[in-house]
Amino acid sequence: MTPAEIREEVLDILENIAPDEDLSSLEDELPFREQLELDSMDFLDIVMELRKRYRVQIPEEDYGQLASMASTVVYLEPLMRDLEKVSR
Amino acid sequence: MYDTIIIGAGMSGLAAGIRLAYYDQRVCILERHSTIGGLNSFYRLRGRDYDVGLHAVTNFTPRGARKGPLARLLRQLRFRWEDFALAPQWGSLIVFPETRLRFDNDIELLRSEVARVFPGQQAGFERLLGAIVDYDDLDEEAYRLSARDVLGGIVADPLLREMLLCPLMWYGNAREHDMDFGQFCIMFRSIYLEGLSRPLAGVRLILRNLVRRFRQLGGELKLRSGVARIEVQEGRAAGVRLDDGPFLEARQIVSSAGWLETMRLCGDVRPVDELAAGQLSFCEAISILDRQPAELGHRETIVFFNDSPQFHWERPAALCDPRTGVVCSPNNFLYAEGGAGEHPLRDGVVRITALADYSRWATLPDEVYPLEKLRWYDRLLASAVRFVPDFRGRVIDTDMFTPKTIRRYTWHDNGAVYGAPRKRLDGTTHLPNLFVCGTDQGFVGIIGSIVSGISIANRHLLRG
Repeated sequence: MTPAEIREEVLDILENIAPDEDLSSLEDELPFREQLELDSMDFLDIVMELRKRYRVQIPEEDYGQLASMASTVVYLEPLMRDLEKVSR
Repeated sequence: MYDTIIIGAGMSGLAAGIRLAYYDQRVCILERHSTIGGLNSFYRLRGRDYDVGLHAVTNFTPRGARKGPLARLLRQLRFRWEDFALAPQWGSLIVFPETRLRFDNDIELLRSEVARVFPGQQAGFERLLGAIVDYDDLDEEAYRLSARDVLGGIVADPLLREMLLCPLMWYGNAREHDMDFGQFCIMFRSIYLEGLSRPLAGVRLILRNLVRRFRQLGGELKLRSGVARIEVQEGRAAGVRLDDGPFLEARQIVSSAGWLETMRLCGDVRPVDELAAGQLSFCEAISILDRQPAELGHRETIVFFNDSPQFHWERPAALCDPRTGVVCSPNNFLYAEGGAGEHPLRDGVVRITALADYSRWATLPDEVYPLEKLRWYDRLLASAVRFVPDFRGRVIDTDMFTPKTIRRYTWHDNGAVYGAPRKRLDGTTHLPNLFVCGTDQGFVGIIGSIVSGISIANRHLLRG
């Protein structure tokens, strides 16, 4: 997957977790927490959804890497570069 | 071999099951009763549907709200707001001798009532609101403080303190006489700052949604499957032995049976501290009326009454304690359904709940038990009509449940509706792969128990 596809996948996960949020104006460099009404339970869902969809395992000490869209994509790129995007 | 076995198909067990099944665990929920719901269940009698437990769903926030427990649990279980079909209350009342405070789902009403009835107490009330907003849910030390002590340092008028405590204790306090400050803050937010609501179809609608979602995700639900024992091998839970013999193996187990009840199931815990059991249970006198309660002048959704300036929250020294009670009318919610002037609930319903003593009810001789039910039905109505219009001439059917009924269908010690006073907020036990959720984990009520199941699943079971 390319960084752009990974970004699209994370957006899809966010949409799934928080269907009421408007994600069109999401700023990639700003922390999710400042822009979306997400708590720690919801962050766990990002991790769990990635595991469910792509079998990507993210250790708990790395959860901090998922603070913003930009840092999430950078973190996931080496883990997901060899995976095919699942169409849904 | 299951990934997770869940003991009990109440709100918390079903919610935990949904989370785990959604993330592809092999999950089985075991329920001893012939139906789901646990402490928030339902039954049918002489052609009418009754709810047990649910008077009102707390934590009501309107469609589109993104904060608060309701929004959080909808997100976590992937439900839409519409799925719970919550209709807000008309308005409720706290009534003590010669003093009444009204509240609804907008804190401004309670604020103005405090100003009207307790002039001079407004600053204290505002300080209290501030303390509640500032309270940190995760601070376990503050959680255990005495709510009466903390409140005493903020609100000067003792009557106002008692009146504010009354609904909060009624809707979620397992502790006699006093309340954990953490629980006080949680209940204050969920009732006064968020609000009360109800689906037209009652608790059935919520349970039906939960169980349908759980099954869609591949979860297994086994009714009439009581757990006789949790088998412990080499310091771990290996699985469960059912009442009728079979053994089911699991990697991890979560129990909503209650703390002591779960400890008793483990062969390796002796002795179990029986004195730690919850002591507070209820009787409920249910009346079906030939008309809407509003037609008799009864427009309150919930009335919390207390017949002296001091609110007594304790196990009664009799079968019931008629001094304080809750009068709930499921008719008095703002349902969207129903047209042409028809109320969508055809029957008028008035439910009166009173504190009751399990041991006194449980030890009545069989022939006396039904007579005492009748006697206390009359007494509870007589007590309630001191505070609401007298509806007794309009009653066309009745039912009454007691602590014995609650114990019989939920297997919770003493029929204790809010569980044991000491909560196990982190959900862990002496075994590394056995956890507790539900009433004894710490959250009560419909929303609380669903959040309990979700948070224990997230914290311990999804990572395993």
